[in-house]
Amino acid sequence: MSKETAAPTIDIRRSGLGRARGLGTARSGSAHWWAERVTSAALLPLVLYFVVSVLVLKGADHAQMAAYMAEPWNTVLYIALIAALFYHLDMGMQAVIEDYVRKDAQRIVLLLVVKGGIVILALASLISVLKLAFS
Amino acid sequence: MKDVREALMVGRNSEGKLVRRPLSPHLQAYNMVRISSGLSIMHRITGVALGAGTLLFTAWLVCAAAGDGAFSVIQAIYASPIGLLILFGFTLALFFHFCNGIRHLGWDAGKGFDLPVMHRTGQLVIAATIVLTLAFWVIAFLVG
Repeated sequence: MSKETAAPTIDIRRSGLGRARGLGTARSGSAHWWAERVTSAALLPLVLYFVVSVLVLKGADHAQMAAYMAEPWNTVLYIALIAALFYHLDMGMQAVIEDYVRKDAQRIVLLLVVKGGIVILALASLISVLKLAFS
Repeated sequence: MKDVREALMVGRNSEGKLVRRPLSPHLQAYNMVRISSGLSIMHRITGVALGAGTLLFTAWLVCAAAGDGAFSVIQAIYASPIGLLILFGFTLALFFHFCNGIRHLGWDAGKGFDLPVMHRTGQLVIAATIVLTLAFWVIAFLVG
């Protein structure tokens, strides 16, 4: 314990600036952290909008759903929701997987599978909204 | 310190002195019944659950885009007892993650770290989650 708590000394040749520039375990500095916060702030109003839209569309038939998604503001807000939601989900899942999956091979494969799935879900959602909006 | 990787575990305190960064203890070290650690892990659990829940969201939109038949099938599935139960769980996770997310943004702004405040905001999150979820379902049953 005393060895652990002793003030460390640095005897490697690496400047403080070198460490600060885009480093950290993810090699991308604080960009990831900021993107998590920005998407979560964006999702606050977007999720409230989504909750209201679900109540509006409760029991809707196909024609009502298509008409709703064809309204320009609904198209825009759904696309914004999809973008922020899946970006936020991607970063959250990455953080969880990186924290709990220790073995490199397992972690990398799982990250790629989850990220790939999230991209497919995001594209499917986006194309569906666009198709409803423009048909 | 000989290894470059170790550099990531070293920082400077406010006096400029080199210190080892503290490591978070692993999950088992926490008493999850406590409101602070319990809500913390619930944020992750609900986050992952909502990730699975996006399958419902995407399926809904894809079926709507596929056409009349597919959309009436998925609307019927979501309106069935099992569908409603799953959607209830979804809204519970959503409102919890939403409320606790606001709490997290407060911490990111440097506010609310005092233990009594943290306990109070934690209780507030639980209360708000229950109120919002119940309000949603009351409105859902009153509408239409």
